[in-house]
Amino acid sequence: MSKKTYATAIRDVIAEEMRRDENVFVMGEDIELLGGIFGCTRDLYKEFGTDRIRNTPISEAAMVGAGVGAACAGMRPIVELMYMDFTLVAADQIINQAAKTRYIFGGKAKIPLVIRGQQGIGRGNAATHSQSLETIFMHFPGIKVACPSNAADAAGLLRTAIRDDNPVMFFEHKALYASKFEVPDDPDFCVPFGKAEIKRTGKDVTIVGSLLYVSRALEAAAELEKIGIDAEVIDPRTMVPFDMDTIIESVKKTGKLVVVHEAHKVAGWGAEVVSEVVDGAFKYLDAAPIHLGAKACPLPFNIELENAVVPSVQQIVEAAKKVCYR
Amino acid sequence: MISKERKFWIYEIMNKIRYFELKALRLFEENKLRGSVHLYAGEEAVAAAVCSQLTDDDYITSTHRGHGHCIAKGAELDKAMAELMGKETGYCKGRSGSMHIADFTKGNLGANAIVGGGIPIATGAALAAKLQKNDKVAVSFFGDGASNEGTFHESLNLAAVWKLPIIFVCENNGFGISVPVAQSTSVENISDRAVGYGIPGVTIDGNDVFAVYEAFETAVKRAKSGDGPTLIECKTYRTLGHWTGDPQTYRDKKDVEMWRDTKDPIQLFKKRLVDAGDFTAAELDTVEEAAKAEADAAAEFAINSPNPDPADVMDDVFYEA
Ligand SMILES: Cc1ncc(C[n+]2csc(CCOP(=O)(O)OP(=O)(O)O)c2C)c(N)n1
Ligand SMILES: [Mg+2]
Repeated sequence: MSKKTYATAIRDVIAEEMRRDENVFVMGEDIELLGGIFGCTRDLYKEFGTDRIRNTPISEAAMVGAGVGAACAGMRPIVELMYMDFTLVAADQIINQAAKTRYIFGGKAKIPLVIRGQQGIGRGNAATHSQSLETIFMHFPGIKVACPSNAADAAGLLRTAIRDDNPVMFFEHKALYASKFEVPDDPDFCVPFGKAEIKRTGKDVTIVGSLLYVSRALEAAAELEKIGIDAEVIDPRTMVPFDMDTIIESVKKTGKLVVVHEAHKVAGWGAEVVSEVVDGAFKYLDAAPIHLGAKACPLPFNIELENAVVPSVQQIVEAAKKVCYR
Repeated sequence: MISKERKFWIYEIMNKIRYFELKALRLFEENKLRGSVHLYAGEEAVAAAVCSQLTDDDYITSTHRGHGHCIAKGAELDKAMAELMGKETGYCKGRSGSMHIADFTKGNLGANAIVGGGIPIATGAALAAKLQKNDKVAVSFFGDGASNEGTFHESLNLAAVWKLPIIFVCENNGFGISVPVAQSTSVENISDRAVGYGIPGVTIDGNDVFAVYEAFETAVKRAKSGDGPTLIECKTYRTLGHWTGDPQTYRDKKDVEMWRDTKDPIQLFKKRLVDAGDFTAAELDTVEEAAKAEADAAAEFAINSPNPDPADVMDDVFYEA
């Protein structure tokens, strides 16, 4: 084990996978000399050269599309988007091309492509640079979606993503890059997709959150403990595939569910979780599940406004109390 | 020929931009201001010379490096600074910060944090002007890096086939963040790209007010006579970091010093004005002092302004009659 930041964990896995497989390469804006604006490719051009750590023009549609094409032609590209908000500039190449190419061609194509970058609140980047978009990409069959909440998951999930023969969208969180965590040194350390992690066991209420909301759910759990509510906190880790079983099993035990995410509440993935839990554990539920997410409003710049739009730790606590009739 | 009055206006605007930017930088360094702040100091000749030929009825769209365009298009420093600080008194009520100043009453359709995002929008404003036959023109400001986005290419073609009254003003400041233009861009001059769309393209010294002024004057005539768009590439240089706090390890300090010390657009313009006998150095110094004072006052105004009320956060998502 080594204690590393989330950003370093990502960088190390990219380097290890590039050493292991010469078909792996990275393209993105400002990833050579600058090493990406969050340092996820820092100094890698020195070892791998600028053929494999490749600066692109500011052309997201072409970058992602070129990733799809290079993957079809036998490479394993990693496309770094400076902000995952720019997936929207490249949306056709992701949704109509990457996600569908294999299926439309009757299974002929294989697209081992990773599209990665950061998203979310925390740096005053305002409406077009602070969104949480994992939820919209879950809607389109054909792409896998990963959301690491700590450095170890970032390492393990990224390695799995790079080795996967399908397109993977890898959503990092800007507020997590500096956070440190013990990361296994094993160069084959992989976290499987579709396997949620129980971050804290508890018997009274199940709280599901991802990315930044794993630590916020844990903070809420610590608050709840003070008033005698024992919360179980689950991090799904990947959105596609989604490990609904672990959550359903937990709800069968606790009888109560709170799902929280930074993405907008409306049509957010939390609604899907509630729906599946109602389907799979209806008779175990003691209270109507609560789904928390960002208000139906773009992310504002002012920090007090930004905080007002996304769910707070206090709201998670209140929701848990409510389902526990407290 | 630029009238004496207009020269004065341009000089004044350039100084307002410069001192606004330096003040914003100071506030950022003092942790009074947060977020992504991209400064325009050193590129003032473009915004000032272009906007000196526009009225409040003409449109612009701007970029992430937008303070200069906004000020030249009539933004008041105090409301702009208040927006940078996220205050209720800011242009967007603190919703948007540095990258999104807009004032529709002045024809400023907004700065834009998405690189290339404003180019089609200016094109659409030009389409409206054409449909309404009202003699307005639209200007899209954007960087060298933005000329590699699809929106640039699609907009130039669209504006060309529809002969829209728009001027595409590319500010080639040498870099897109850390990437030098030659590494990201297929042509020697970005104006060469105009050929592909059958429109005139010119490259000029973007630190020379007179060169920008003349190129833009010609382009506006063409736009207003119904002949369609022009692409003007203004060669300039970003003498500050890409954003405040940029360590700038990707470039040679000597280049920065050379541009800052010998090609500063304000100093060059000042010398021309004094040499031509338009104004005395003392008269121009007064302008500079006034701009400095205005920027300081804007900072005071912003600091003393209230934060927006979180209870209002959902306002303005939709228009409601
Ligand atoms: C679609 C999109 N891609 C990338 C970015 C990140 N970004 C912000 S500014 C910038 C560089 C822009 O370069 P240029 O157009 O030359 O403008 P300059 O900053 O040099 O004024 C980049 C890559 C963005 N904001 N939007
Ligand atoms: Mg540039």
